Amino acid sequence: MSFSWTRVGAILHKELRDYRRNRFVIATMAATPVLFIALPTIQLIAASTTGKAVNLRVGLSLLYMLVIPVIMPSVISAYSVAGEREQGTLEPVLTTPIRREEFLIAKALAAFVPTLVVAYAVFGIFLAIAALFAHPVIVSAIYAGTHVLVQLLFTPLLAGWAVWVGIAVSTRTTDVRAGQQLSVLGSAPPLVVIALMSLNVITVSTALAIVLAAALLAFDLLAWRAVAAMFDRERLVTGNRGRSTAGR
Amino acid sequence: MVVEHLSKHFGERIAFDDVSFEVGVGEVFGFLGPNGAGKTTTVRTLGTLIAPSSGSAIVAGIPLSPKNGPAIRSRISMMPESPGLYLRLSVRENLECFAGLYRLDDVRGRIGRALGAVSLEDRARDLCGSLSKGLRQRVGLARALLNDPAVLFLDEPTSGLDPVATREVHELIASLRERGVTIFLTTHRLEEAERLCDRVAILNTTLRLIGRPDELRVQLFRRSVDVRLRAPLDDPETVFGAVADVERWEQTPSGYTLAVSDPDLVAPALARALVAADADILSLAESHHSLEDVYLELVDEDVEAKSP
Ligand SMILES: Nc1ncnc2c1ncn2[C@@H]1O[C@H](COP(=O)(O)OP(=O)(O)OP(=O)(O)O)[C@@H](O)[C@H]1O
Ligand SMILES: [Mg+2]
Repeated sequence: MSFSWTRVGAILHKELRDYRRNRFVIATMAATPVLFIALPTIQLIAASTTGKAVNLRVGLSLLYMLVIPVIMPSVISAYSVAGEREQGTLEPVLTTPIRREEFLIAKALAAFVPTLVVAYAVFGIFLAIAALFAHPVIVSAIYAGTHVLVQLLFTPLLAGWAVWVGIAVSTRTTDVRAGQQLSVLGSAPPLVVIALMSLNVITVSTALAIVLAAALLAFDLLAWRAVAAMFDRERLVTGNRGRSTAGR
Repeated sequence: MVVEHLSKHFGERIAFDDVSFEVGVGEVFGFLGPNGAGKTTTVRTLGTLIAPSSGSAIVAGIPLSPKNGPAIRSRISMMPESPGLYLRLSVRENLECFAGLYRLDDVRGRIGRALGAVSLEDRARDLCGSLSKGLRQRVGLARALLNDPAVLFLDEPTSGLDPVATREVHELIASLRERGVTIFLTTHRLEEAERLCDRVAILNTTLRLIGRPDELRVQLFRRSVDVRLRAPLDDPETVFGAVADVERWEQTPSGYTLAVSDPDLVAPALARALVAADADILSLAESHHSLEDVYLELVDEDVEAKSP
C-alpha cells in the first residue's frame, strides 16, 4: 500500500471543517490580520521620510509580519496531535490503514495552508495600504532591495519549520498549552536570521537571500524526516513515556 | 484470528501474558476481565496499534507484524472504549472522514447502510457534540461498520450507558452476529458476554478460562445445597454417600455444603437421610453462587495494584 492523497485529503478536509466551526480558531484567524496590519501600517504612515530611518522602519514592519508564519502554524500544529489525543479521536484514526507519512503530511498541511493564506493576505493588504496612503519614499523603500522577495520566500519556509516543530512537540506532549508555548519557542530561531536581514544588520543580496532560503528549506525537509522517524503509534496511543519497545 | 502465546509488557509491568486463543469466522468472541486485566491492551495489540512483547498472532488472516500493519488495519475495525468522534462535525461528516481514510468507494451508499444498521439515518446531519452518549456509541459502531471489517473489535461498547442504551447496543451486536460479522467483544459484564457471545475467555493478565458461555456456566456455576445442623454429623460420608446425586461434600463452619446436579431433586432425599441419622436440621437450602461469585474468585488477585 502506497502513499495515498485520498487519506491525506480526508484528514485535511476534516481539519478545515473543524476550524470553521471552532470559534477560537475563527477568532484567531480574524484577529491576526487586524493585529498584524494595524501596527506596521501606523508605523509606515507616521514615519518620517528622511534618512536611514525609513529603511529601518520598513524592515521592522515587514519583519513584524513574518511573525505570523512563526506563531500561527506552531500553535495550530502543536494542538493538532495532542488535541486529538486529548479528545480520544486519535486512536480511531490510527486504527485505519493510514500511514504515518499520510497522517503527518495531512496534519502539516492543515496548519500550513491557512497560515500561508493569512500571511500572504496580510502582506497583500499591507502593500495595498502602503501604495494608497504611505509617502512615495516609503513605498519605494519597500520595493527596494530584497524586502519583497524575502517576504514571499520566507513566509512558507518559516511556516514549514514551525509546523514540524509544532508537530514534533505535539506528538510528545500530554499538555496542549505547554506544548504550544514550547513549539512557538522552538519555531522562532530562524526568525533571528531574517531579523538581521530585515534590519539591515547584514546587507543581503538576492543571491544571499536565496541561499539562506535554500538552507532553511533543507532544514524544513530534515525536520520532516525527523518527525516521521519519531512517529510512534504505540506511544501516541498509550502515552507511554520512553520505555516502549514497539516498532512503528 | 489465531493468537499464540501473546504477551505485552510495559517496562516491568505486565499488561497481559501468554494469551492464546482462536476466533472463528462469524464468531462473536467475548473477552471478559476486570479493570486492568489487559483487555484494552490486547485489543490494541491485535489492532496493530501497539507491538506485542512476545508471541504471535494472525488477525483477519494476516500475520501480525509491523510491516503488515496497514494491511491488517484495512481489514479490521475497532471501536475504542470511548468512541472518539469529532464533536464539531456532523455524524455524516465523521463517517465521510473515515470512508476517506479507508479509501472506500460508493461512500454515500456505505454511509447510508452503516447508519441504517444503527438506525441513525435521521440524525446524519446532527453535530456529534449534540448527541447523547448512547447515540455517540452508535455512531462509533456505524463508523466501525463502514469498511465491512473481517473482524470487528468492540472495547466495552456499553460502558457508561444506561439500561435502555445498553439494550440497544446489545440488539445491534446481536443483529451483526446474525449477519455473520466476526466480533471480538471485551467487557467486564458477565450477562453481556453470556447473552451475546458464542464463546468467552476470561482474562486476568493471563487467560483463566475459555469456552462456550453455557459450558462455563456449568463449569463455574456448580450448583450446591447448604445444610445447617445443630451439631456436626458423626459420620457424614455414610449419610451423604447414601443420597443419590450428591457429587461432593465439604464441611463449613455452620454445617456442610454439598455439590449436586439438581437441588430440588436432592433436597427431599437428603432431609430424610439426615432425619434418619438423628441430625437436628436448622436449614436446608440451595446455595446462591452466581456466575459473578465464581468470576470474582477467578479474578480475585488484584493484579493492577500489585507493584511491578
Ligand atoms: N501505557 C501503559 N504503560 C504502563 N502500563 C500500562 C499502560 N497501559 C496499560 N497499562 C497497564 O496494563 C494493564 C492492563 O491495562 P488495560 O487498559 O489493558 O486493562 P483493561 O482490561 O482494558 O481495563 P479496563 O477494564 O479498566 O478498561 C494495567 O495494569 C495497566 O495499568
Ligand atoms: Mg479497557
